Amino acid sequence: MKLFKIFKNGIIDENPTFRLVLGTCPTLAITTSAINGIGMGLATTAVLIGSNVVISLLRKFIPGKVRMPAFVTVIAGFVTIVQMLLKAYVPSLDKALGIYIPLIVVNCIIMARAESFASKYPVLDSAVDGLGMGVGFTLAITALGAVREILGNGSIFGQYLFGESASPALAMILPPGGFLVYGLAIGLVNLLTKRQVLAAGCGAKDAGCEGCGGQCGLQTAEKEGQS
Amino acid sequence: MLASILITFVSAVFINNFVVVKFLGICPFLGVSKKIKTAAGMGAAVIFVMTFASAVTWLVQEFMLKPLELEYLQTIAFILVIAALVQLVEMILQKTSQSLYKALGVYLPLITTNCAVLGVCLLNLEIQGDARFLMSVLNGAFSGVGFTLAIVLFAGIRERLETAQVPKCLEGFPISLIAASLVSLAFLGFQGLFQGLI
Repeated sequence: MKLFKIFKNGIIDENPTFRLVLGTCPTLAITTSAINGIGMGLATTAVLIGSNVVISLLRKFIPGKVRMPAFVTVIAGFVTIVQMLLKAYVPSLDKALGIYIPLIVVNCIIMARAESFASKYPVLDSAVDGLGMGVGFTLAITALGAVREILGNGSIFGQYLFGESASPALAMILPPGGFLVYGLAIGLVNLLTKRQVLAAGCGAKDAGCEGCGGQCGLQTAEKEGQS
Repeated sequence: MLASILITFVSAVFINNFVVVKFLGICPFLGVSKKIKTAAGMGAAVIFVMTFASAVTWLVQEFMLKPLELEYLQTIAFILVIAALVQLVEMILQKTSQSLYKALGVYLPLITTNCAVLGVCLLNLEIQGDARFLMSVLNGAFSGVGFTLAIVLFAGIRERLETAQVPKCLEGFPISLIAASLVSLAFLGFQGLFQGLI
């Protein structure tokens, strides 16, 4: 039951995309189609589960002072594995995602979970947390990808919806559409759940990941800037 | 030579702006853009680190990974180089230039996790032609300038947004993203500026 709660936490309560607003770069960059969203989501999930398990196993051996470089090395190792697997088995997806595959290393969802969950909890919990967060991320970016693909390309999963005569709003699959759809989607989620983004509690506060999670980085930077 | 430097500059700053066109470094773009002053500080730190990181990772790739056929370790090698470099830059600045350290200091640790830095290092490897090293370093520096331009412009808009009346559910992140969408739309206007030349 507890494991299910951890799993659900990643998908709904602390959805990395809509609630924590982490990992915004891939969210905006590769959601030009639903299939890219699934690909990126699954690749990130694989890295997330792997790094969570390994970091959880090593949590008693990694000294606090060098934990950041240690985490980054573990994460980069898993990213390299995923990168090689994609190149070998799904070269088309590898091409579509391009530079954003190696950039999974600096996806702050992974660092944030390593810091705030995997380094504190046992292996099984951490693995489930990785899975939950990964699935939450995958669902969110697939949904964003689907919306942008329908509006910008008139298709979904490569199937054309409106016939040849319809001309879709191309801007939606261009960069401006990414920002717009993501912004409106967070707004919609806020409206439906009547809650605000959990930005301040992004879980990455002590992670040195402040540059990523929006508000929390701002707070530290400004606080130190004033003093 | 001069022409290709100019093209690299316009391309990195306007046409392929790192933030609003390539979506790299979105996190600091949204996080540290509430005031123009902090945005400019972050931008300066990013230019600094991007230039150095471009130089060092290019050398690592060319003289260490390639001869040893270890290209598959690229991601790990680069991220560690960047992390070490940021630390080193911070230490050197602290010892040599107190004023610069005070201006950039707080932003430096945030840069390790800035995907724009790793991104520019990986993209540099795709550069072809003469003087690849020089072009990589310049591309790093110019991309940093593009980042700074975008983040400072955006901070100006955010300062105005503070006083604007926004629907409750769009407050904070969502309205910032929608504003960013408009900035991005403006940068889209540069697309095709040099068509045929690049």
